[in-house]
Amino acid sequence: MNSVIFAIDPLLEGNVLWTPLLIVLVKVLLVFVVGLVATMLMVWFERKVIAGMQNRVGPNKAGPWGILQTLADGIKLFFKEDLIPERSDRFMFRLAPYLALVPAFLAFAIIPLGGDFRDGKGGLVTLFGHQTRLQLADPPVGVLFALAISSIAVYGIMLAGWSSGSKYPLLGAVRASAQMVSYEAALGLSLGAVLLVSGTLSTAGIVNMQSSIGNWNIVATGFVPFVIFLIAATAELNRPPFDLVEAEQELVGGFNTEYSSIRFALFFLAEFMNTVTMSALIVTLFFGGPQPISIGSTTLDIPFIPNAIEGTVWLLLKVLVFLYIYVWFRATLPRFRYDQLMDLGWKILIPGSLGWFMLLAAQRVGRDAGWDQIVVTLVTAIVLVCGYGLLLAAQHVSRANREKDGASF
Amino acid sequence: MELFVFVVAAAMVLAGAVGVVTRSNPVHAAMSLVLTLFGIAVMFVAHNAHFLAAVQVIVYAGAIVVLFLFVIMLLGVDKAEDLSVEPITNQRPLAAIIGVGISAIVIAAIISSRAGLGASGQGVNQTTVDSPDANIRQLARVIFSDNVFAFEITSVLLLVAVIGTVVMARKTKSVGTGK
Repeated sequence: MNSVIFAIDPLLEGNVLWTPLLIVLVKVLLVFVVGLVATMLMVWFERKVIAGMQNRVGPNKAGPWGILQTLADGIKLFFKEDLIPERSDRFMFRLAPYLALVPAFLAFAIIPLGGDFRDGKGGLVTLFGHQTRLQLADPPVGVLFALAISSIAVYGIMLAGWSSGSKYPLLGAVRASAQMVSYEAALGLSLGAVLLVSGTLSTAGIVNMQSSIGNWNIVATGFVPFVIFLIAATAELNRPPFDLVEAEQELVGGFNTEYSSIRFALFFLAEFMNTVTMSALIVTLFFGGPQPISIGSTTLDIPFIPNAIEGTVWLLLKVLVFLYIYVWFRATLPRFRYDQLMDLGWKILIPGSLGWFMLLAAQRVGRDAGWDQIVVTLVTAIVLVCGYGLLLAAQHVSRANREKDGASF
Repeated sequence: MELFVFVVAAAMVLAGAVGVVTRSNPVHAAMSLVLTLFGIAVMFVAHNAHFLAAVQVIVYAGAIVVLFLFVIMLLGVDKAEDLSVEPITNQRPLAAIIGVGISAIVIAAIISSRAGLGASGQGVNQTTVDSPDANIRQLARVIFSDNVFAFEITSVLLLVAVIGTVVMARKTKSVGTGK
């Protein structure tokens, strides 16, 4: 079965055939356009919803309900003067926006955008006599690809801040890299729980496992990894309440202070594109992606739409929920202080996700060995509580030592 | 096709490696290192070692070089170095001698094992290609059963390094002038 899945769209293997080549080209184009349009709408959506939450009107001039505002802003930015600071490192200054933009687009490639996952079809659709998936690529490393891409994305921000040759962008960039490297650990560890339950790295495989609400990974992994992933993803995106990278009150504009015109637009685009991608990734990992909502054997079916397209509708609805949640975060939560940010990441999220991973693994081993599940869970919980107690004691001792040394924090 | 991928990846690796040595600006040198690491990741993919490629990018390009850059920026050594000054006397002739010596050893190794180079390999283990997850399963089995001791020793080594750094970086009472 696996060899069939892996052999989808076999580019560059044997003879190059026209149909797979065309399908892949169309997919690339489609994913690119979908990404751009989704980002454009996301910017509008965010401004409109935030305006609603703050009792304002928001953009309402360009197009119906101001929906073309982002397009207008983009065109305006395109024609603005492009400044390069005199003290900047010119090559890196020019390179940085692309280093931010390209990963944002690449990460979108592994999201299953639709397809029929019901009745064991595994999301395969037939196009022009070729079986294919409604996702640009299903690489063998699957979700790890997203992690790799998000770890590359930090270069764009870091080099932008450094190459600007001024203080505030540099501070923003140093904050950004520390924050993103720290939260990447929590992101990867909470992802581990999902991979443990699914038993595969492939995004299509992970979606395929989540056939009903009981099988959705948010339930199957026991909710905690989802919360950790959501928090770590928000920090990884540098979105409020973790937007210390561009804290306007402290850093003017953060890493992109010196950027103007289209280069600034590229950063802006990458940021919102990442938000859309991350929401889609959360839906894929924890909420069954394009799978319809079904409880037990009853499936909520949208009438009159073929099942393959229905997947896209479901994905869109689920992603919209998370986009709304991100906007909601921004409208309601005040920004974290820097030490709070690091404490949350290193002292709560990373030990928490490690502990939860251990609990899930212990239950799996217990099931295989035929041990009593309750005893296994209890013993693991006791071990975890002891471990956390030790951690707290260590923190207490270290704080006492620091205070004895005369430190004020 | 394989040749094309190899040539492009090899060019990336070599260009990056030369850049690391010749660029006078530390940040540019670090970015050249990223180029090299990406080239190696491409070669891993070309040999169906997808998991290693992903780990290469996540760990080396995504974490280690980012920390390099972090240190470069924090220490403020991100100015172009003056390459005409020698911090250690005679280091250039010594480096040249060592470089020539290492190349001689590598060339000698290649010549002595020349017979083996022409022989074709055993081919790709088909199980690792057919199922994408089998690759990871095999790696995990080797690391956590046959070589588990070496694996644990390596992690202890990393732990020692971390604790050593903390001890060295921590201010002692006599130095601290907070009061």
